[in-house]
Amino acid sequence: MNSRIFHIATNTFREAVRDRVLYNLIAFALLMSAAAVLVGQISLNIERLVVINLGLTAVSLFGIIIAIFIGIGLVSKEIDKRTLYTVLSRPVRRWEFIAGKFFGLSGTLAVNTFFMAIGVFAALAYVSHHFVSSDLGVLVALYFIVLQFVIITALALFFSSFSTPIFSAIFAFWLFVIGSFAQDLRNFAAMTHGFTRWMATGAAYLIPNFSALNVITQVAHGEPVPHTLIVLNTVYALVYSMAVLSAAVLIFERRNLK
Amino acid sequence: MYAIEIEGLEKVYNAGFWRQRSKRALRPLSLTVNPGEIFGFLGPNGAGKTTTLKILMGLVFPTAGRAQILGMDLNDPRMKAQIGFLPEQPYFYDHLTARELLRYYGQLSGMDAKQLPHKVDAMLEQVKLGSSANVQLRKFSKGMLQRAGIAQAILHDPKVVFLDEPMSGLDPMGRREVRSLIEELKAKGKTVFFSTHILSDAEALCDRVGIIHQGELRGVGAVADLTAGVHGKVEIVWHGSIVPAAIRSMNADCRAAGESTRIVVPEESQDSVLEALRREQLRLISVVPVRASLEDYFVSQLGTPMKSEAVTSRS
Repeated sequence: MNSRIFHIATNTFREAVRDRVLYNLIAFALLMSAAAVLVGQISLNIERLVVINLGLTAVSLFGIIIAIFIGIGLVSKEIDKRTLYTVLSRPVRRWEFIAGKFFGLSGTLAVNTFFMAIGVFAALAYVSHHFVSSDLGVLVALYFIVLQFVIITALALFFSSFSTPIFSAIFAFWLFVIGSFAQDLRNFAAMTHGFTRWMATGAAYLIPNFSALNVITQVAHGEPVPHTLIVLNTVYALVYSMAVLSAAVLIFERRNLK
Repeated sequence: MYAIEIEGLEKVYNAGFWRQRSKRALRPLSLTVNPGEIFGFLGPNGAGKTTTLKILMGLVFPTAGRAQILGMDLNDPRMKAQIGFLPEQPYFYDHLTARELLRYYGQLSGMDAKQLPHKVDAMLEQVKLGSSANVQLRKFSKGMLQRAGIAQAILHDPKVVFLDEPMSGLDPMGRREVRSLIEELKAKGKTVFFSTHILSDAEALCDRVGIIHQGELRGVGAVADLTAGVHGKVEIVWHGSIVPAAIRSMNADCRAAGESTRIVVPEESQDSVLEALRREQLRLISVVPVRASLEDYFVSQLGTPMKSEAVTSRS
Protein backbone atom coordinates (compact mmCIF):
# COMPACT_ATOMS: atom_id res chain seq x y z
CA MET A 1 0.00 0.00 0.00
CA ASN A 2 1.47 3.38 -0.91
CA SER A 3 1.92 5.88 1.89
CA ARG A 4 -0.88 8.25 0.80
CA ILE A 5 -3.43 5.43 0.76
CA PHE A 6 -2.16 4.35 4.20
CA HIS A 7 -2.53 7.88 5.63
CA ILE A 8 -6.05 8.29 4.21
CA ALA A 9 -7.00 4.84 5.56
CA THR A 10 -5.58 5.70 8.99
CA ASN A 11 -7.51 8.97 9.05
CA THR A 12 -10.73 7.16 8.08
CA PHE A 13 -10.20 4.65 10.88
CA ARG A 14 -9.45 7.41 13.39
CA GLU A 15 -12.55 9.34 12.33
CA ALA A 16 -14.76 6.27 12.81
CA VAL A 17 -13.28 5.59 16.25
CA ARG A 18 -13.59 9.23 17.38
CA ASP A 19 -17.12 9.45 16.05
CA ARG A 20 -17.88 6.70 18.57
CA VAL A 21 -18.65 4.04 15.98
CA LEU A 22 -17.09 1.40 18.23
CA TYR A 23 -19.74 2.24 20.84
CA ASN A 24 -21.82 -0.42 19.08
CA LEU A 25 -19.57 -2.89 20.93
CA ILE A 26 -21.25 -1.92 24.20
CA ALA A 27 -24.67 -2.80 22.76
CA PHE A 28 -23.23 -6.03 21.40
CA ALA A 29 -21.62 -6.93 24.73
CA LEU A 30 -24.94 -6.34 26.55
CA LEU A 31 -26.79 -8.46 23.97
CA MET A 32 -24.33 -11.36 24.28
CA SER A 33 -24.30 -11.22 28.11
CA ALA A 34 -28.11 -11.27 28.25
CA ALA A 35 -28.27 -14.11 25.72
CA ALA A 36 -25.67 -16.16 27.62
CA VAL A 37 -27.47 -15.75 30.95
CA LEU A 38 -30.87 -16.61 29.44
CA VAL A 39 -29.63 -19.56 27.41
CA GLY A 40 -27.67 -20.82 30.41
CA GLN A 41 -30.96 -21.28 32.25
CA ILE A 42 -32.62 -23.27 29.43
CA SER A 43 -30.32 -26.35 29.54
CA LEU A 44 -31.87 -28.19 26.60
CA ASN A 45 -28.48 -28.97 25.03
CA ILE A 46 -29.08 -26.32 22.43
CA GLU A 47 -27.12 -23.61 24.26
CA ARG A 48 -24.22 -23.74 21.80
CA LEU A 49 -26.53 -23.64 18.80
CA VAL A 50 -28.45 -20.63 20.13
CA VAL A 51 -25.35 -18.67 21.19
CA ILE A 52 -23.51 -19.28 17.89
CA ASN A 53 -26.59 -18.47 15.81
CA LEU A 54 -27.48 -15.35 17.75
CA GLY A 55 -23.87 -14.18 18.15
CA LEU A 56 -22.86 -14.52 14.50
CA THR A 57 -26.13 -13.02 13.25
CA ALA A 58 -25.61 -10.04 15.56
CA VAL A 59 -21.98 -9.64 14.41
CA SER A 60 -23.20 -9.66 10.82
CA LEU A 61 -26.06 -7.18 11.36
CA PHE A 62 -24.03 -4.74 13.46
CA GLY A 63 -21.25 -4.74 10.87
CA ILE A 64 -23.57 -4.39 7.86
CA ILE A 65 -25.29 -1.40 9.46
CA ILE A 66 -21.92 0.25 10.16
CA ALA A 67 -20.58 -0.57 6.67
CA ILE A 68 -23.64 0.93 4.97
CA PHE A 69 -24.12 3.99 7.13
CA ILE A 70 -20.46 5.00 7.22
CA GLY A 71 -19.68 3.78 3.70
CA ILE A 72 -22.37 5.89 2.02
CA GLY A 73 -20.90 9.07 3.52
CA LEU A 74 -17.25 8.30 2.82
CA VAL A 75 -17.15 10.34 -0.40
CA SER A 76 -20.32 12.47 -0.27
CA LYS A 77 -19.55 13.78 3.23
CA GLU A 78 -16.07 14.82 2.14
CA ILE A 79 -17.57 16.69 -0.84
CA ASP A 80 -20.35 18.32 1.22
CA LYS A 81 -17.91 19.46 3.89
CA ARG A 82 -15.30 20.38 1.28
CA THR A 83 -12.60 18.46 3.18
CA LEU A 84 -11.87 16.68 -0.10
CA TYR A 85 -10.70 19.93 -1.73
CA THR A 86 -7.61 20.23 0.44
CA VAL A 87 -6.82 16.52 -0.01
CA LEU A 88 -7.10 16.46 -3.81
CA SER A 89 -5.14 19.71 -4.19
CA ARG A 90 -2.16 17.70 -2.90
CA PRO A 91 -0.28 15.00 -4.80
CA VAL A 92 -3.10 12.54 -4.08
CA ARG A 93 -4.76 10.82 -7.04
CA ARG A 94 -8.48 10.25 -6.95
CA TRP A 95 -8.11 6.47 -7.04
CA GLU A 96 -5.77 6.67 -4.04
CA PHE A 97 -8.45 8.55 -2.12
CA ILE A 98 -11.07 5.85 -2.91
CA ALA A 99 -8.61 3.07 -2.02
CA GLY A 100 -7.66 4.79 1.26
CA LYS A 101 -11.30 5.20 2.25
CA PHE A 102 -11.99 1.55 1.40
CA PHE A 103 -9.09 0.19 3.45
CA GLY A 104 -9.90 2.57 6.33
CA LEU A 105 -13.50 1.41 6.71
CA SER A 106 -12.65 -2.23 6.04
CA GLY A 107 -10.02 -1.99 8.78
CA THR A 108 -12.52 -0.41 11.18
CA LEU A 109 -14.98 -3.23 10.53
CA ALA A 110 -12.28 -5.89 10.96
CA VAL A 111 -11.27 -4.45 14.35
CA ASN A 112 -14.94 -4.17 15.33
CA THR A 113 -15.51 -7.81 14.33
CA PHE A 114 -12.45 -8.90 16.32
CA PHE A 115 -13.89 -7.46 19.53
CA MET A 116 -17.35 -8.88 18.81
CA ALA A 117 -15.77 -12.28 18.12
CA ILE A 118 -14.24 -12.17 21.63
CA GLY A 119 -17.78 -11.56 22.92
CA VAL A 120 -19.18 -14.55 21.02
CA PHE A 121 -16.47 -16.89 22.33
CA ALA A 122 -16.89 -15.53 25.88
CA ALA A 123 -20.63 -16.26 25.75
CA LEU A 124 -19.90 -19.70 24.30
CA ALA A 125 -17.46 -20.44 27.13
CA TYR A 126 -20.03 -19.26 29.69
CA VAL A 127 -22.80 -21.57 28.49
CA SER A 128 -20.81 -24.71 27.65
CA HIS A 129 -17.70 -24.33 29.91
CA HIS A 130 -15.42 -25.75 27.19
CA PHE A 131 -14.53 -25.41 23.51
CA VAL A 132 -14.79 -28.20 20.93
CA SER A 133 -12.88 -28.61 17.67
CA SER A 134 -15.94 -27.69 15.59
CA ASP A 135 -15.81 -24.22 17.20
CA LEU A 136 -13.06 -23.47 14.68
CA GLY A 137 -15.93 -23.26 12.21
CA VAL A 138 -17.09 -20.15 14.12
CA LEU A 139 -13.82 -18.49 13.15
CA VAL A 140 -14.43 -19.41 9.51
CA ALA A 141 -17.98 -17.99 9.70
CA LEU A 142 -16.56 -14.79 11.22
CA TYR A 143 -14.01 -14.61 8.39
CA PHE A 144 -16.83 -14.93 5.83
CA ILE A 145 -18.74 -12.18 7.62
CA VAL A 146 -15.69 -9.91 7.29
CA LEU A 147 -15.63 -10.75 3.56
CA GLN A 148 -19.29 -9.65 3.39
CA PHE A 149 -18.30 -6.35 5.05
CA VAL A 150 -15.55 -5.86 2.47
CA ILE A 151 -18.05 -6.25 -0.39
CA ILE A 152 -20.68 -4.04 1.28
CA THR A 153 -18.02 -1.35 1.93
CA ALA A 154 -17.03 -1.41 -1.75
CA LEU A 155 -20.69 -1.18 -2.81
CA ALA A 156 -21.44 1.68 -0.40
CA LEU A 157 -18.36 3.52 -1.68
CA PHE A 158 -19.45 2.89 -5.26
CA PHE A 159 -22.89 4.42 -4.67
CA SER A 160 -21.37 7.21 -2.61
CA SER A 161 -19.16 8.18 -5.55
CA PHE A 162 -22.15 9.43 -7.58
CA SER A 163 -25.32 9.37 -5.49
CA THR A 164 -26.80 11.04 -2.43
CA PRO A 165 -26.36 9.33 0.96
CA ILE A 166 -30.06 8.35 1.18
CA PHE A 167 -30.14 6.70 -2.25
CA SER A 168 -26.74 5.10 -1.58
CA ALA A 169 -28.10 3.57 1.65
CA ILE A 170 -31.21 2.28 -0.12
CA PHE A 171 -29.21 0.78 -3.01
CA ALA A 172 -26.60 -0.82 -0.74
CA PHE A 173 -29.17 -2.28 1.68
CA TRP A 174 -31.31 -3.52 -1.21
CA LEU A 175 -28.29 -5.26 -2.76
CA PHE A 176 -27.46 -6.85 0.59
CA VAL A 177 -30.99 -8.27 0.91
CA ILE A 178 -31.12 -9.48 -2.72
CA GLY A 179 -27.57 -10.84 -2.46
CA SER A 180 -28.56 -12.89 0.57
CA PHE A 181 -30.91 -14.79 -1.77
CA ALA A 182 -28.40 -15.03 -4.62
CA GLN A 183 -28.37 -18.81 -4.55
CA ASP A 184 -32.18 -18.93 -4.89
CA LEU A 185 -31.93 -16.59 -7.88
CA ARG A 186 -29.33 -18.89 -9.47
CA ASN A 187 -31.56 -21.91 -8.88
CA PHE A 188 -34.48 -20.03 -10.43
CA ALA A 189 -32.34 -19.12 -13.46
CA ALA A 190 -31.45 -22.79 -13.94
CA MET A 191 -35.15 -23.67 -14.15
CA THR A 192 -36.00 -21.11 -16.86
CA HIS A 193 -35.38 -21.08 -20.62
CA GLY A 194 -34.42 -18.71 -23.43
CA PHE A 195 -34.27 -14.97 -22.82
CA THR A 196 -35.58 -15.23 -19.24
CA ARG A 197 -32.82 -17.69 -18.39
CA TRP A 198 -30.22 -15.39 -19.95
CA MET A 199 -31.53 -12.40 -18.00
CA ALA A 200 -31.95 -14.24 -14.68
CA THR A 201 -28.47 -15.79 -14.93
CA GLY A 202 -26.94 -12.38 -15.71
CA ALA A 203 -28.69 -10.78 -12.75
CA ALA A 204 -27.76 -13.68 -10.46
CA TYR A 205 -24.07 -13.28 -11.27
CA LEU A 206 -24.16 -9.47 -11.19
CA ILE A 207 -25.50 -9.17 -7.66
CA PRO A 208 -23.13 -10.05 -4.81
CA ASN A 209 -23.51 -13.63 -3.64
CA PHE A 210 -23.91 -13.12 0.09
CA SER A 211 -25.66 -16.47 0.51
CA ALA A 212 -22.37 -18.29 -0.24
CA LEU A 213 -20.72 -16.21 2.48
CA ASN A 214 -23.30 -17.17 5.09
CA VAL A 215 -22.39 -20.42 6.86
CA ILE A 216 -23.85 -19.49 10.25
CA THR A 217 -26.48 -22.30 10.40
CA GLN A 218 -23.94 -24.87 9.19
CA VAL A 219 -21.39 -23.83 11.81
CA ALA A 220 -23.99 -23.66 14.60
CA HIS A 221 -24.82 -27.32 13.92
CA GLY A 222 -21.13 -28.23 14.11
CA GLU A 223 -20.84 -29.09 10.41
CA PRO A 224 -17.38 -28.49 8.88
CA VAL A 225 -16.82 -25.83 6.20
CA PRO A 226 -15.00 -27.22 3.10
CA HIS A 227 -11.54 -25.77 2.51
CA THR A 228 -12.32 -25.14 -1.14
CA LEU A 229 -15.24 -22.91 -0.10
CA ILE A 230 -12.83 -20.81 1.99
CA VAL A 231 -10.52 -20.33 -0.98
CA LEU A 232 -13.35 -19.70 -3.46
CA ASN A 233 -15.13 -17.24 -1.18
CA THR A 234 -11.89 -15.35 -0.56
CA VAL A 235 -11.16 -15.06 -4.29
CA TYR A 236 -14.80 -14.16 -5.02
CA ALA A 237 -14.95 -11.40 -2.38
CA LEU A 238 -11.65 -9.88 -3.49
CA VAL A 239 -12.47 -9.97 -7.22
CA TYR A 240 -16.02 -8.64 -6.70
CA SER A 241 -14.80 -5.82 -4.40
CA MET A 242 -12.02 -4.85 -6.79
CA ALA A 243 -14.49 -4.74 -9.71
CA VAL A 244 -16.91 -2.54 -7.74
CA LEU A 245 -14.07 -0.29 -6.55
CA SER A 246 -12.78 0.05 -10.12
CA ALA A 247 -16.25 1.18 -11.19
CA ALA A 248 -16.30 3.67 -8.28
CA VAL A 249 -12.91 5.03 -9.36
CA LEU A 250 -14.02 5.32 -13.01
CA ILE A 251 -17.01 7.43 -11.97
CA PHE A 252 -15.15 9.47 -9.37
CA GLU A 253 -12.25 10.25 -11.74
CA ARG A 254 -14.71 12.07 -14.04
CA ARG A 255 -16.78 13.79 -11.40
CA ASN A 256 -16.83 17.59 -11.07
CA LEU A 257 -16.57 18.48 -7.38
CA LYS A 258 -18.89 21.49 -7.41
CA MET B 1 8.12 30.34 -17.40
CA TYR B 2 4.94 31.67 -15.82
CA ALA B 3 3.88 30.58 -12.35
CA ILE B 4 0.32 30.23 -13.66
CA GLU B 5 -0.72 30.18 -17.30
CA ILE B 6 -4.39 29.97 -18.26
CA GLU B 7 -5.41 29.80 -21.90
CA GLY B 8 -9.01 29.95 -23.14
CA LEU B 9 -10.43 28.23 -20.06
CA GLU B 10 -14.18 27.63 -20.27
CA LYS B 11 -16.67 25.92 -17.99
CA VAL B 12 -20.28 25.10 -18.71
CA TYR B 13 -22.29 23.31 -16.00
CA ASN B 14 -25.22 21.15 -17.01
CA ALA B 15 -28.03 21.02 -14.45
CA GLY B 16 -31.32 19.17 -14.32
CA PHE B 17 -32.13 15.53 -14.82
CA TRP B 18 -34.85 15.36 -17.48
CA ARG B 19 -34.43 18.76 -19.10
CA GLN B 20 -30.80 19.66 -19.00
CA ARG B 21 -30.08 23.36 -18.63
CA SER B 22 -26.59 24.66 -19.10
CA LYS B 23 -24.99 27.45 -17.14
CA ARG B 24 -21.85 29.11 -18.44
CA ALA B 25 -19.67 29.67 -15.35
CA LEU B 26 -16.55 30.69 -17.23
CA ARG B 27 -16.22 32.24 -20.68
CA PRO B 28 -12.87 31.78 -22.44
CA LEU B 29 -10.44 33.01 -19.81
CA SER B 30 -6.79 33.70 -20.51
CA LEU B 31 -4.42 34.93 -17.86
CA THR B 32 -0.79 34.69 -16.78
CA VAL B 33 0.76 35.22 -13.36
CA ASN B 34 4.49 35.79 -12.98
CA PRO B 35 6.65 34.03 -10.37
CA GLY B 36 6.88 35.95 -7.10
CA GLU B 37 3.81 38.03 -7.87
CA ILE B 38 0.80 38.65 -5.64
CA PHE B 39 -2.17 38.43 -7.96
CA GLY B 40 -5.65 39.41 -6.83
CA PHE B 41 -8.58 37.78 -8.57
CA LEU B 42 -11.52 40.09 -8.00
CA GLY B 43 -15.18 39.84 -8.72
CA PRO B 44 -18.61 39.87 -7.10
CA ASN B 45 -20.13 36.68 -5.70
CA GLY B 46 -20.86 34.17 -8.45
CA ALA B 47 -18.47 35.82 -10.91
CA GLY B 48 -16.45 32.65 -11.57
CA LYS B 49 -13.55 33.11 -9.12
CA THR B 50 -14.09 29.83 -7.25
CA THR B 51 -14.76 27.91 -10.49
CA THR B 52 -11.40 29.11 -11.85
CA LEU B 53 -9.65 28.06 -8.64
CA LYS B 54 -11.39 24.67 -8.63
CA ILE B 55 -10.27 24.03 -12.20
CA LEU B 56 -6.69 24.97 -11.28
CA MET B 57 -6.85 22.59 -8.30
CA GLY B 58 -8.15 19.73 -10.47
CA LEU B 59 -11.46 19.57 -8.60
CA VAL B 60 -13.54 20.58 -11.63
CA PHE B 61 -12.74 19.76 -15.24
CA PRO B 62 -12.81 22.56 -17.85
CA THR B 63 -15.18 22.33 -20.82
CA ALA B 64 -12.47 23.84 -23.04
CA GLY B 65 -9.05 25.47 -22.75
CA ARG B 66 -5.94 24.56 -20.81
CA ALA B 67 -3.92 25.71 -17.83
CA GLN B 68 -0.49 25.06 -16.41
CA ILE B 69 1.07 25.78 -13.04
CA LEU B 70 4.86 26.05 -12.86
CA GLY B 71 4.94 24.79 -16.45
CA MET B 72 3.24 21.51 -15.52
CA ASP B 73 -0.21 20.11 -16.26
CA LEU B 74 -2.94 20.41 -13.64
CA ASN B 75 -3.00 16.67 -12.87
CA ASP B 76 0.77 16.35 -12.46
CA PRO B 77 1.54 15.19 -8.87
CA ARG B 78 4.98 16.90 -9.02
CA MET B 79 3.20 20.22 -9.52
CA LYS B 80 0.72 19.50 -6.73
CA ALA B 81 3.58 18.97 -4.28
CA GLN B 82 4.61 22.57 -4.97
CA ILE B 83 1.29 24.34 -4.48
CA GLY B 84 -0.86 25.17 -1.47
CA PHE B 85 -4.61 25.80 -1.43
CA LEU B 86 -7.00 27.39 1.02
CA PRO B 87 -10.64 26.86 -0.01
CA GLU B 88 -13.37 29.40 0.68
CA GLN B 89 -14.85 29.03 4.19
CA PRO B 90 -12.68 26.01 4.94
CA TYR B 91 -14.05 23.13 6.94
CA PHE B 92 -11.60 20.51 8.08
CA TYR B 93 -11.80 17.08 9.68
CA ASP B 94 -13.27 18.17 12.99
CA HIS B 95 -12.32 14.93 14.76
CA LEU B 96 -8.66 15.91 14.44
CA THR B 97 -6.69 18.33 16.58
CA ALA B 98 -4.87 21.19 14.84
CA ARG B 99 -1.56 19.33 15.23
CA GLU B 100 -2.99 16.08 13.81
CA LEU B 101 -4.56 17.96 10.90
CA LEU B 102 -1.27 19.54 9.88
CA ARG B 103 0.58 16.25 10.24
CA TYR B 104 -2.00 14.54 8.05
CA TYR B 105 -1.70 17.15 5.31
CA GLY B 106 2.09 17.13 5.64
CA GLN B 107 2.09 13.35 5.15
CA LEU B 108 -0.15 13.64 2.08
CA SER B 109 2.21 16.26 0.65
CA GLY B 110 5.10 13.83 1.03
CA MET B 111 6.99 15.83 3.68
CA ASP B 112 9.93 14.23 5.43
CA ALA B 113 8.59 12.19 8.37
CA LYS B 114 11.46 13.16 10.70
CA GLN B 115 11.14 16.91 10.11
CA LEU B 116 7.36 16.98 10.02
CA PRO B 117 6.66 17.26 13.80
CA HIS B 118 9.04 20.23 14.15
CA LYS B 119 7.65 21.98 11.07
CA VAL B 120 4.09 21.44 12.29
CA ASP B 121 4.84 22.95 15.68
CA ALA B 122 6.64 25.92 14.12
CA MET B 123 3.72 26.52 11.75
CA LEU B 124 1.20 26.36 14.60
CA GLU B 125 3.20 29.04 16.40
CA GLN B 126 3.42 31.14 13.22
CA VAL B 127 -0.37 31.22 12.81
CA LYS B 128 -0.86 31.73 16.58
CA LEU B 129 -2.46 28.34 17.20
CA GLY B 130 0.34 26.99 19.38
CA SER B 131 -1.78 27.01 22.53
CA SER B 132 -4.65 25.22 20.75
CA ALA B 133 -2.49 22.57 19.06
CA ASN B 134 -4.17 19.69 20.90
CA VAL B 135 -7.74 20.98 20.66
CA GLN B 136 -10.10 19.22 18.25
CA LEU B 137 -11.12 21.43 15.34
CA ARG B 138 -14.83 21.06 16.18
CA LYS B 139 -14.12 23.44 19.08
CA PHE B 140 -12.41 26.07 16.89
CA SER B 141 -13.92 29.49 16.08
CA LYS B 142 -14.23 30.63 12.46
CA GLY B 143 -11.11 32.75 12.72
CA MET B 144 -9.10 29.87 14.20
CA LEU B 145 -10.29 27.56 11.39
CA GLN B 146 -9.18 30.12 8.84
CA ARG B 147 -5.72 30.25 10.46
CA ALA B 148 -5.53 26.44 10.48
CA GLY B 149 -6.51 26.57 6.81
CA ILE B 150 -3.73 28.98 5.98
CA ALA B 151 -1.29 26.82 7.95
CA GLN B 152 -2.14 23.69 5.95
CA ALA B 153 -1.80 25.66 2.72
CA ILE B 154 1.76 26.82 3.40
CA LEU B 155 3.10 24.07 5.68
CA HIS B 156 4.99 22.24 2.92
CA ASP B 157 6.67 25.45 1.71
CA PRO B 158 4.89 25.58 -1.66
CA LYS B 159 6.06 27.81 -4.52
CA VAL B 160 2.56 28.92 -5.48
CA VAL B 161 -0.20 29.54 -2.93
CA PHE B 162 -3.88 29.77 -3.90
CA LEU B 163 -6.18 31.44 -1.39
CA ASP B 164 -9.94 31.59 -1.98
CA GLU B 165 -11.42 34.53 -0.04
CA PRO B 166 -8.77 34.31 2.72
CA MET B 167 -10.12 37.35 4.60
CA SER B 168 -13.77 36.34 4.57
CA GLY B 169 -15.31 36.07 8.02
CA LEU B 170 -12.28 37.47 9.82
CA ASP B 171 -12.34 40.37 12.25
CA PRO B 172 -10.09 43.41 11.52
CA MET B 173 -7.20 41.91 13.51
CA GLY B 174 -7.53 38.60 11.70
CA ARG B 175 -7.55 40.34 8.33
CA ARG B 176 -4.47 42.27 9.28
CA GLU B 177 -2.69 39.04 10.27
CA VAL B 178 -3.59 37.39 6.98
CA ARG B 179 -2.38 40.47 5.09
CA SER B 180 0.98 40.34 6.81
CA LEU B 181 1.19 36.60 6.17
CA ILE B 182 0.67 37.20 2.44
CA GLU B 183 3.35 39.89 2.54
CA GLU B 184 5.71 37.43 4.23
CA LEU B 185 5.07 34.92 1.46
CA LYS B 186 5.94 37.54 -1.14
CA ALA B 187 9.12 38.40 0.74
CA LYS B 188 10.08 34.72 0.49
CA GLY B 189 9.59 34.85 -3.29
CA LYS B 190 6.35 32.85 -3.35
CA THR B 191 3.61 33.44 -5.89
CA VAL B 192 0.24 34.18 -4.30
CA PHE B 193 -3.01 33.98 -6.25
CA PHE B 194 -5.93 35.04 -4.14
CA SER B 195 -9.56 35.68 -4.87
CA THR B 196 -11.47 38.29 -2.95
CA HIS B 197 -14.34 40.71 -3.19
CA ILE B 198 -12.79 42.97 -0.54
CA LEU B 199 -11.19 45.56 -2.78
CA SER B 200 -9.20 47.40 -0.11
CA ASP B 201 -7.26 44.19 0.62
CA ALA B 202 -6.45 43.73 -3.05
CA GLU B 203 -5.45 47.37 -3.45
CA ALA B 204 -3.10 47.17 -0.47
CA LEU B 205 -1.48 43.83 -1.35
CA CYS B 206 -1.51 43.03 -5.04
CA ASP B 207 1.11 43.61 -7.68
CA ARG B 208 -1.57 43.01 -10.27
CA VAL B 209 -5.26 42.26 -10.23
CA GLY B 210 -7.71 40.63 -12.61
CA ILE B 211 -11.39 41.51 -12.54
CA ILE B 212 -13.91 38.83 -13.45
CA HIS B 213 -17.65 39.30 -13.85
CA GLN B 214 -20.23 36.82 -15.14
CA GLY B 215 -17.42 34.43 -16.01
CA GLU B 216 -15.61 36.94 -18.18
CA LEU B 217 -12.29 38.62 -17.46
CA ARG B 218 -12.96 42.38 -17.63
CA GLY B 219 -9.48 43.72 -16.97
CA VAL B 220 -5.96 42.74 -15.84
CA GLY B 221 -3.07 44.88 -14.72
CA ALA B 222 -1.40 46.84 -11.95
CA VAL B 223 -3.88 48.78 -9.80
CA ALA B 224 -2.33 52.15 -10.77
CA ASP B 225 -2.51 51.34 -14.50
CA LEU B 226 -6.12 50.21 -14.29
CA THR B 227 -7.35 53.18 -12.27
CA ALA B 228 -5.51 55.67 -14.52
CA GLY B 229 -8.00 54.92 -17.27
CA VAL B 230 -11.01 55.68 -15.12
CA HIS B 231 -12.56 59.13 -15.59
CA GLY B 232 -11.56 60.98 -12.43
CA LYS B 233 -13.47 63.15 -10.05
CA VAL B 234 -12.68 66.55 -8.58
CA GLU B 235 -13.26 67.93 -5.13
CA ILE B 236 -14.35 71.61 -5.13
CA VAL B 237 -14.43 73.63 -1.90
CA TRP B 238 -15.85 77.16 -1.51
CA HIS B 239 -16.38 79.60 1.34
CA GLY B 240 -19.77 79.74 3.09
CA SER B 241 -22.69 77.39 3.38
CA ILE B 242 -24.71 78.57 0.35
CA VAL B 243 -25.25 75.92 -2.31
CA PRO B 244 -26.36 77.42 -5.64
CA ALA B 245 -29.50 75.84 -7.19
CA ALA B 246 -27.54 74.75 -10.29
CA ILE B 247 -25.18 72.72 -8.05
CA ARG B 248 -27.98 71.33 -5.92
CA SER B 249 -29.68 69.98 -9.03
CA MET B 250 -26.57 67.87 -9.82
CA ASN B 251 -27.42 65.49 -6.95
CA ALA B 252 -23.72 65.19 -6.14
CA ASP B 253 -22.15 64.50 -2.74
CA CYS B 254 -22.25 68.00 -1.20
CA ARG B 255 -21.44 68.71 2.46
CA ALA B 256 -21.06 71.85 4.55
CA ALA B 257 -18.32 71.73 7.16
CA GLY B 258 -17.57 74.73 9.37
CA GLU B 259 -17.29 77.84 7.19
CA SER B 260 -16.88 76.00 3.89
CA THR B 261 -18.80 73.65 1.61
CA ARG B 262 -17.35 70.67 -0.25
CA ILE B 263 -18.61 68.83 -3.32
CA VAL B 264 -17.17 65.89 -5.28
CA VAL B 265 -18.23 65.78 -8.96
CA PRO B 266 -17.05 64.04 -12.13
CA GLU B 267 -14.37 65.95 -14.06
CA GLU B 268 -16.80 66.82 -16.84
CA SER B 269 -19.06 68.69 -14.35
CA GLN B 270 -16.19 70.80 -13.00
CA ASP B 271 -16.80 73.82 -15.33
CA SER B 272 -20.54 73.90 -14.55
CA VAL B 273 -19.86 74.00 -10.81
CA LEU B 274 -17.23 76.75 -11.14
CA GLU B 275 -19.57 78.77 -13.38
CA ALA B 276 -22.40 78.44 -10.79
CA LEU B 277 -20.07 79.60 -8.00
CA ARG B 278 -18.95 82.59 -10.10
CA ARG B 279 -22.55 83.60 -10.83
CA GLU B 280 -23.39 83.56 -7.10
CA GLN B 281 -20.07 85.36 -6.37
CA LEU B 282 -19.01 82.70 -3.90
CA ARG B 283 -15.30 82.56 -3.00
CA LEU B 284 -13.53 79.48 -4.34
CA ILE B 285 -11.10 77.80 -1.91
CA SER B 286 -9.75 74.82 -3.83
CA VAL B 287 -10.19 72.46 -6.79
CA VAL B 288 -8.39 69.14 -6.18
CA PRO B 289 -8.47 66.07 -8.45
CA VAL B 290 -9.56 62.89 -6.60
CA ARG B 291 -7.57 59.80 -7.57
CA ALA B 292 -9.76 56.98 -8.90
CA SER B 293 -9.74 53.97 -6.59
CA LEU B 294 -9.78 50.30 -7.48
CA GLU B 295 -13.42 50.39 -6.43
CA ASP B 296 -14.16 53.02 -9.10
CA TYR B 297 -12.48 50.85 -11.71
CA PHE B 298 -14.26 47.75 -10.43
CA VAL B 299 -17.67 49.42 -10.58
CA SER B 300 -16.95 50.83 -14.04
CA GLN B 301 -16.04 47.34 -15.33
CA LEU B 302 -19.07 45.69 -13.77
CA GLY B 303 -21.31 48.23 -15.45
CA THR B 304 -20.04 47.54 -18.98
CA PRO B 305 -21.71 44.92 -21.17
CA MET B 306 -19.92 41.61 -21.73
CA LYS B 307 -17.42 41.64 -24.58
CA SER B 308 -18.91 38.45 -25.97
CA GLU B 309 -22.40 40.02 -25.90
CA ALA B 310 -21.08 43.15 -27.64
CA VAL B 311 -19.62 41.00 -30.39
CA THR B 312 -22.88 39.08 -30.73
CA SER B 313 -24.99 42.21 -30.98
CA ARG B 314 -22.76 43.67 -33.69
CA SER B 315 -22.86 40.57 -35.83
